Amino acid sequence: MSHRPFHESFALLVDNIPYMKAIGAYYVGRSGEGVSLGLPYRDDLVGDPQTRVIAGGVVTALLDHACGMAVWDGLDEFKPIATLDLRIDYMRPALPDRDLIVTARCYKLTRSVGFVRGFAYDERMDDPVAAAQSAFIISHPSLKAREIH
Amino acid sequence: MIQDMMISGPEDLFKVIPFARLLDLRLELAGNELTTHMPFAPHLIGNPMLPALHGGSLGAFLELTATAQLSVFETFDHIPKPVDVNIQYLRPGKPIDTYARARINRVGRTIANVEVWAWQEVREQPIATLQAHFLIG
Repeated sequence: MSHRPFHESFALLVDNIPYMKAIGAYYVGRSGEGVSLGLPYRDDLVGDPQTRVIAGGVVTALLDHACGMAVWDGLDEFKPIATLDLRIDYMRPALPDRDLIVTARCYKLTRSVGFVRGFAYDERMDDPVAAAQSAFIISHPSLKAREIH
Repeated sequence: MIQDMMISGPEDLFKVIPFARLLDLRLELAGNELTTHMPFAPHLIGNPMLPALHGGSLGAFLELTATAQLSVFETFDHIPKPVDVNIQYLRPGKPIDTYARARINRVGRTIANVEVWAWQEVREQPIATLQAHFLIG
């Protein structure tokens, strides 16, 4: 069996997730800054018809997913993870008709928790639309089974 | 683009917000007591293996419930904008319908503080909660 790096399957961890498909998210790539996802502007994602700005909940979804992928990037292997909490600051409205990009980085990984910082932006990362701080719980199914028996 | 918009009540809000329509959000208003409802749909799934709802679909539902609760008491010519939100995920979201209720802790001149909790089968066992500040001025 060939050993491909886990991150080579990152695009599938966006494309195969029903909710990511529903909002139209795509995998951008990974860099020293973290894991990045993108989202094309769409009329049905709008949260305020007066301004045509996309809904906060859409930004939340993209940040949550990118933060989770940042944990997988930190782990460098697939383990089941779940969001424990997520805090988002909305700094300014996203620009209509522009792709929204989010970049998230796991800055601390313990045995059972991943701590992540993420930013959403449309033009430059230093002019963010929103910032996220989140914690993810990492499951160790094999260990759990051992504890039970 | 809609130039003039008057939001008078949560029904109006869910009708005019395209993303609330995408999530097929519904609500029931008994007096001033609002219960919102996100019917299960396969596209809300975030973990196909369990399966479980995506944290982002629950997050959007909680946030739109907070906005709807604000519109129960106040009439706005702008939709309240979230300033910050804090979401705790307490239990995995099962692939079934989700309900939510909100409480407004304070409405100031420019900022409102709202709390929301969502449940599925048992109301006393919330699956996620949200605390948020909204800009209402």
